[in-house]
Amino acid sequence: MSPLGPDDDPDRLYTVTGGRSRATGGAFDLVTLIVAECEPAPGMQSEHVRILELARRPTAVVELSAALRLPVSVVRILLTDLLDTGRITARHPRTPARAELPEPDLLKEVLDALHRL
Amino acid sequence: MHSTACDDAAEAAVDENVRAPLHQSADNGLKIVIVGGFGVGKTTMVRSVSEIRPLNTEETMTQAGVGVDDPAGVEGKSTTTVAFDFGRITINERTVLYLFGAPGQERFWFLWDRLFAGTLGAVVLVDTRRLHDSWYAIDRLEAHGMPFVVAHNDFGGERHTLEQIRDALDLSPGVPLVACDARDRESSKQVLISLVRHLYALTAQDATA
Ligand SMILES: Nc1nc2c(ncn2[C@@H]2O[C@H](COP(=O)(O)OP(=O)(O)OP(=O)(O)O)[C@@H](O)[C@H]2O)c(=O)[nH]1
Ligand SMILES: [Mg+2]
Repeated sequence: MSPLGPDDDPDRLYTVTGGRSRATGGAFDLVTLIVAECEPAPGMQSEHVRILELARRPTAVVELSAALRLPVSVVRILLTDLLDTGRITARHPRTPARAELPEPDLLKEVLDALHRL
Repeated sequence: MHSTACDDAAEAAVDENVRAPLHQSADNGLKIVIVGGFGVGKTTMVRSVSEIRPLNTEETMTQAGVGVDDPAGVEGKSTTTVAFDFGRITINERTVLYLFGAPGQERFWFLWDRLFAGTLGAVVLVDTRRLHDSWYAIDRLEAHGMPFVVAHNDFGGERHTLEQIRDALDLSPGVPLVACDARDRESSKQVLISLVRHLYALTAQDATA
């Protein structure tokens, strides 16, 4: 079964994004943490409402995608709208994006947390 | 609105998020990817260590058709879809680690840069009954310069030593190889620890180079 279920049809994807196929921001990583800067307002698109509700606490792009049952690329487009209008802020990962190793201090933190699991 | 199993699943996902929200100060997301063939235990491993029930989603990429006969082609476009699941581990008040379970098949690597750029490292899960499933993944990770460890998920059957597996996979001596039981939290945790230790060793090498 497709994880996205019966709603995963091109028409729905077209509708929620207003027909755009590419996010202009392009900066949203899977683990960029999204934070709502306002409450949903009446008349807002339902996907925007859901995002603002979920992101009352920092929420990763990939968790929004799973909750909305929309592909990550579609969620990126929705987030671009919200970011452009100041309704959310984005906390991007601080790890190097290219094949570069992370800081030893960060690895130490991860190691400590794993030992505590 | 009518209710379906999928709606329920989405509601559950929302509830999950409310029950286990991130710290208000969380601002740094990290990624580790678990790759391997079908049924090798990727989701099981994510579930064993995650603080949330594994969730799944997908990424799609639409490309203009390049003169190929494309049966799915609306307007000559083809869509690549990759499904993956994930869980998370809170590291501290600012940092959260996401674990992704993803099949290592060909179309997946097509989306690697888009989805997994900035990944700390990878775990390649192998099943000795289907070792060839992992050759491709190991190849691609090496090509991407992505540090990884290999974890042998033991499904029973014929016994193999780690040395035999290392030979069969033609693993370079620098790549850690460990045995695990993905169903077991402690064992899965040790796999992640071996990966982070490996990364640590690599940074130390870098510093002295
Ligand atoms: N005996 C044994 N069974 C395991 C182990 N790990 C996973 N399994 C079982 O193997 C089956 C497949 O595991 P999954 O975690 O769904 O595998 P997966 O890699 O996510 O599979 P796909 O997503 O379908 O590719 C499940 O029934 C698990 O319970 C293990 O270490 N030993
Ligand atoms: Mg799975």
